[in-house]
Amino acid sequence: MFELSFIWAGIIAFAVLTYVILDGFDLGVGILFPLADGEREKAMMMNSVAPIWDGNETWLVMGGGGLFAVFPLAYSVVMPALYMPIILMLLALIFRGVAFEYRWRTERWKPIWDIAFFGGSIVAAFMQGIALGALVQGIEVADRAYAGGWWDWLSLFSILTGLAVVVGYALLGATWIILKTEGSLQRQMQNLAWWLGVGTLGFIGIVSIMTPFQDPEYFSRWLNLPGSIFSVLIPGAVLAAAWALFTGLNAGKDGQPFLAAISIFVLCFIGIGISFYPNIVPPSLTIAEAAAPDKSLRFALVGTVVLVPMILAYTAYAYWVFRGKIDPAEGYH
Amino acid sequence: MFDGMTAETLARMQFAFTVSFHIIFPAFSIGVASFLAVLNGLWLQTRDDTYLTLFNYWKKIFAVAFGMGVVSGIVMSYQFGTNWSVFSDKTGPVLGPLMAYEVLSAFFLEAGFLGIMLFGRERVGDKLHMFATAMVAFGTLMSATWILSVNSWMQTPAGYSINDLGQFVPEDWWQIVFNPSFPYRLVHMVLAAYLTTALVVGGVGGLHLLRNRTDAPARRMFSMAMWMLIVVAPLQILAGDLHGINTLEHQPAKVMAMEGHYESHPDGAPLILFGIPNPGEKRIDYALQIPQVSSLILKHEWGASLDGLDTIPDENEPPVSIVFWSFRVMVGLGFAMLGLGAWAAWRRYRGRLYDTPMLHRAAMVMGPTGFVAVLAGWITTEVGRQPFTVYGLLRTGDSLAPVAAPAVAASLLAFILVYFFVFGAGTFYLLRMMNKPAGTVHLGLKDGPIRTAGITPIMQTDSDAVPGE
Repeated sequence: MFELSFIWAGIIAFAVLTYVILDGFDLGVGILFPLADGEREKAMMMNSVAPIWDGNETWLVMGGGGLFAVFPLAYSVVMPALYMPIILMLLALIFRGVAFEYRWRTERWKPIWDIAFFGGSIVAAFMQGIALGALVQGIEVADRAYAGGWWDWLSLFSILTGLAVVVGYALLGATWIILKTEGSLQRQMQNLAWWLGVGTLGFIGIVSIMTPFQDPEYFSRWLNLPGSIFSVLIPGAVLAAAWALFTGLNAGKDGQPFLAAISIFVLCFIGIGISFYPNIVPPSLTIAEAAAPDKSLRFALVGTVVLVPMILAYTAYAYWVFRGKIDPAEGYH
Repeated sequence: MFDGMTAETLARMQFAFTVSFHIIFPAFSIGVASFLAVLNGLWLQTRDDTYLTLFNYWKKIFAVAFGMGVVSGIVMSYQFGTNWSVFSDKTGPVLGPLMAYEVLSAFFLEAGFLGIMLFGRERVGDKLHMFATAMVAFGTLMSATWILSVNSWMQTPAGYSINDLGQFVPEDWWQIVFNPSFPYRLVHMVLAAYLTTALVVGGVGGLHLLRNRTDAPARRMFSMAMWMLIVVAPLQILAGDLHGINTLEHQPAKVMAMEGHYESHPDGAPLILFGIPNPGEKRIDYALQIPQVSSLILKHEWGASLDGLDTIPDENEPPVSIVFWSFRVMVGLGFAMLGLGAWAAWRRYRGRLYDTPMLHRAAMVMGPTGFVAVLAGWITTEVGRQPFTVYGLLRTGDSLAPVAAPAVAASLLAFILVYFFVFGAGTFYLLRMMNKPAGTVHLGLKDGPIRTAGITPIMQTDSDAVPGE
C-alpha cells in the first residue's frame, strides 16, 4: 500500500484536482465572459483572474509532466487514445491564453480576442470533460500501447461528461466572480450560479448513474459492500455541499458559494478515484504496472516533497496579494 | 496537402514546427527577464526614472512574449505523448523526472511571481516587487537548465541502463543531469538568449534614436544593448568553439555534416567556407575551402586527422545539406553580431554612440537576427542528431506513437493555421509596442485620469490601441 507508486498516484491525483479547481474557475470565468455587460464588466471579469491564471494552468503541465515522469506507460497509452480531445484542448488553451494580453493591444480586433477567450475556455473545458469520460469508459491496451480506434473517445457518455465539466466550471467561475466583485455583476452571477448549481447537480446525477454500467468492475465497486458505503456517503456529502451552495447564494454570502462549489468538485473527484482504484488507466493498467522504476520515483519524490509545499506557499501568497474585490481601475495595460 | 506522407514524417514535421515556434519565445524571455531584473535593480539603487520607464516599457513586451511562450510550451509537454508515445514509454523513467523538476522548480516559480511582477508593485512595495522580478528571471534560467539537461541527455546519453522492456532505467542521476554535452549546451543557449535580447533591445533603441537622438530611454537601452553585445558575442564564439569540440567527441557524425566532410582527411581537414552539398554524389560541389583550418578549429592542432562520413554507415548519416547550411547561417550571424558590437564600442570610444545613424540603422537590421541564429543553431543540433532520438540508441522511426497518418496530418494543419494566426497577431502587437518610444508609454490604468463617467477607464487608457484603427 505504501509503495512509492501509490504515493505518486496520490501526488498526481492531487495535482490534477488542484488543476481542476484552480483552472476550473478561471476557465469558468471565460465561459461566462459573453454575459458581461459592457467593457467595464468584461475588464473586471478578466482582471479577476489575470494575475493568477498562468499559475493555475501550470498544474496542467504538472499533471501531464508528472504522469510522464512517474507513470510513463500510462502517459504513452492515454495520450494517443485521447489524441483528438487533447490536441483540441491545447489549441483552445492557446487562443484563451493569448487573449489575456492581446485584447488590450487592439481596438479593431478586440471582439476577436473576446471570442478567443470565451471559445478557448469552453472548448478546453468540454475537451477535458470528454477526456475524463473516455478514461472512465476504459482504454484498450495491448503490448504496452494504445490498441483502440481513433474515435473510441467519442460516446454519449463522454459527451455528457464533457457537458458536465463545462457547466461545473461555469459554476466555479460564477461563484469566483461573486467572491471578487460587487454590484450588478455580482447580483447577475448570484442568479446564474443558482441555475448552474442545479445543472451541475443534474449532470453529476446522470453521470453517476451511468458510471457503474461502463464497467462491471465499477458496478460491483459501488453496489456491493464495502463499496456501497461510499455509494451512500459520497452522494450524501454532495447534497450537504449543495445545501451550502444554495443557502450561501440565497443569503448573499461572498465566499460560501465558491467553497461549496469547490467541495462538490472534490467529492466528485473522490468518487472517480473510488471507481478507478487500483487502476490508473481502466480497465487494465494498474498503478503498479504503469509506474517507472523505483529509482525514478525516489529521485522525483525528493524534490517534490520539498518543492510542492513551497509552491503552495508562494501560490497562496500570490492569491493573498490580489485578495479582495476587483478595483475596476486597476490593471497594467 | 500532406498526401502520401508517413505518420513518422508528419509527426517529425509537427514536432519541428511546434518546437521551432516555441524556442523563439523562451530565447527572448530568458534574456528580457534578466534585463527587467537588472533595470528594476538599477532603478531601486539610483532612482533614475529612465530605468523605471524602461522597466515598464519592456515589462509589457515581456508579458506578451511570455504568454506566447507559455501556450506554445504546453503543447510541447503533451506532444511527447500524443505523437511519440513509444519514446515516452522508453525514456520516461530517465527524462520524466527531469521535466517534472522543470515544472516544479521553474514553471511554478515564473507563473507564481509573474502576476506580482506585472500587477503588484503598488500592492507589495518595491522590495518584494524586486524579489518577484528576480524570481521570474531565476525561473526562466532554471527552466533552461532542466530542459537543456533533457535535450543534452538525448544527444549524449549517460548514467542509464536498459531493462528487458527496452526502457532506459536511471543508474546515476548525477551523470544523467550533468551528461557530457550539458554544460556546453546550457552556456551556449543562455548566451544565445542574452544575445537575442540584446539585439532586439538594440534594434528598438536604434529605431528611436534615428527618430530622436536625444530620447533618454532610447539612448539608455541602446547603450546597454551594445555593452551586452560586445561582452557576450566573443564569449559566445568561444563557447561555440568548445561546444563544437565536445560534439566532435560524442557525436562525430553531426560535426562531419556541419563541416561538410564526406571524406576522411588523415593529414588535416580543410575548412569549407561555402559550397553546395551534393548528397547523391556524397561531395560538396563548388567548395571554397581553406586548407587545414577545420582541423585547427576542431582539434586546435595543425594537420590533425579528421574522419569523414565515409566512416559512418549510410543508415546512420544525418541529413547533410540542412545541417551544413544551418550551421553556416548560425556562425555567420554570430560574427555579424560581434562586428556590430565592435563597431558600437568604437563609436562609443569616440563619443559618437548616439550620433551615428548608420550604426543605429545597422542595429535595427540586426534586431531580429538573434532569433534566426537560435533557430539555425537548433536545427543544426537537432537535425544533426538524426536518425536517432536518443543518440546511437533509439531510432526516430522506433519512437513513434501508434498514430495514423491522417490524424497527424489533420493536427499538423491545425497547428500551422492556429500558430500563424495567433503568433502572427502577437508578433504584430509586439512590433507595434516596440514602435512606440518608451517615454510616452502609459504606466497603468491608475496613471490615467478618469475624466467622465461616460468613458470607462480601460478604454480611456488603453494606450496601445490605435484610435479608429
